[in-house]
Amino acid sequence: MSGVPLVIGLGTSFRFVSRLYRNRVGFSGLLLSLLVIMSALFAPLLSSYGVREQNIRERFSAPSLEHPMGTDNFGRDVFSRVLHGYRISVGIAALAVSLALVIGGVIGLVGAYSGGWVDRLLMRLMDVLLAFPVILLAIGILALLGPGSWNTALAIGMVYIPVFARLARGPALSVLSWDYVMAARALGARGRRIMFRHVAPNIFAPIMVQVSLSLSTAILVEAALSFLGLGTQPPTPSLGLMLSESRDYMLISPWTSVFSGFAILLAALGFNLLGDGLRDLLDPTLKDVIS
Amino acid sequence: MTVYIIRRLFDLVFVLLSVSILVFLMLRFIPGDAVAIMLGANIDITPERVEALRRQLGLHLPIHEQYLQWLYGVVRGDFGNSVWTGRPVSTEITSRLPVTLEVTLLALAIALLLSFPLGIVAARARGGWSDLFVRVGSIVGLTLPSFWVGVLFIYAFSLYIPAWPSIGYVSFGSDPVGNLQRLLLPSVAVSLPVVAALTRIIRSSLLEVLNLDYIRTARAKGVQQRAIVYRHALRNAMIPVITVLGVQVGYLLSGVVVIEQVFAIPGLGRLIIGAVNERNYPLVQGVILVVTTIFVLVNLLVDLAYAWIDPRVEYS
Repeated sequence: MSGVPLVIGLGTSFRFVSRLYRNRVGFSGLLLSLLVIMSALFAPLLSSYGVREQNIRERFSAPSLEHPMGTDNFGRDVFSRVLHGYRISVGIAALAVSLALVIGGVIGLVGAYSGGWVDRLLMRLMDVLLAFPVILLAIGILALLGPGSWNTALAIGMVYIPVFARLARGPALSVLSWDYVMAARALGARGRRIMFRHVAPNIFAPIMVQVSLSLSTAILVEAALSFLGLGTQPPTPSLGLMLSESRDYMLISPWTSVFSGFAILLAALGFNLLGDGLRDLLDPTLKDVIS
Repeated sequence: MTVYIIRRLFDLVFVLLSVSILVFLMLRFIPGDAVAIMLGANIDITPERVEALRRQLGLHLPIHEQYLQWLYGVVRGDFGNSVWTGRPVSTEITSRLPVTLEVTLLALAIALLLSFPLGIVAARARGGWSDLFVRVGSIVGLTLPSFWVGVLFIYAFSLYIPAWPSIGYVSFGSDPVGNLQRLLLPSVAVSLPVVAALTRIIRSSLLEVLNLDYIRTARAKGVQQRAIVYRHALRNAMIPVITVLGVQVGYLLSGVVVIEQVFAIPGLGRLIIGAVNERNYPLVQGVILVVTTIFVLVNLLVDLAYAWIDPRVEYS
């Protein structure tokens, strides 16, 4: 990697946002992601109906002022359920990516710092995990653990561990050879201090980008797994599950199908755009590191 | 080149062996007693049945012997028997594999057919309206949930073209037209994210090549724009495209597993979902192993094609 990776401190954050503002793709991604995160956080305040509040007389109603996205087969308000669906879907995706970030990051840093057979063994193991098609590995793990929200987060997290391990290892290797890290070592700093105090902050930029991009795909994978019936279980309002259930009455009222799927798309699109924008912004040379 | 191929084949064997170990250990990672879970709610569980299943799965042997025995079977195409039907797992898989492969190949063909014209048009009209359209489309398309698109397709077709058989499956042998009719919608749905990814890389890669000196030379010589793009630039622009293609095949296989559920297509996707739901672990293991092997082989082919197209790739 050429150029010094950016370290983002609090002082530079304002300048950072104003630069992101000028990047149209990144900024629209930021807005979309914020919208999705806010919907998830404030779902109970924003929704005027309970997620399990049924009203059989008003079932299958089309979008109206009262029900902006219509109602489903039990007369439940689809808008309220989509907001709460974001809570579940984005929550699971965030949990999965955090898990992968921590475990994968540690594996990558330990590999880079130890070198030798430890490094080779760890990276080989990561290669093997990468050899599985994503959904299939997640399905395999869920087959062992059984369905449910926590297990879905765990399964998706496992799938993404090698991505972050590789990502952390590459830049960590080059940072390790820099003078100031050598100086720290000469001063007697020990392994863990060097890794987490000196090296980790320097690989922040590519990690940020990957976190955003992984959130985007993790949301899609979570939706797919719930759609297949292996993820979140009813009556919890996961977006994939809502889409799957809505197929039964799609010909009577297509609104639940349309909006639950569109909500998945918006969330995935937002984090993907944000990741793209951040990549352009933080370091143009990163395009080669993250494919 | 030969050395490179041999080295890659060694890598391949190593990866496949490791994959097989992980898949084998699956049964061992199950919290609790795998056999008891598999028999589940079955009422007539007797100690004899438990013991019989334990022996059938080879669970009474030490673990390394279990693995070797299992691997020896797998190499000969014996994945054990389905816990419920008692049929060999290999039979179940070989009857479903062609269906999944057909959808995957159709989707791949559609993706290639759409992405090349789109990418080339966008690159040639850089900055114009068609370029903008293609760029925005490919950004959105990349994150399009194909199972949602599939659901919408079914809805739209049942509403506007009710005569179209949008769900289900007939084999190509018995009814070629019906087969293609039924597989068209799922293939298109699952190909869209791939179209987006390929279009994007074709456009950017072509633009990069079009800026190189040898293209300027060709232009200075008076070569027509069309000939420059198709004869001079496209081949060199292929290298990153092939890399992306390899990655996309993995997503495609994942997508097909899900889309089969949407369109009620009896392929490996439906097989594995059913197997997971009934805790039929030998079947789950078999499907994961087969599909992953296909994915690993495709990636090997991509790597070799890469080295073949770009002589600058270092083989060492």
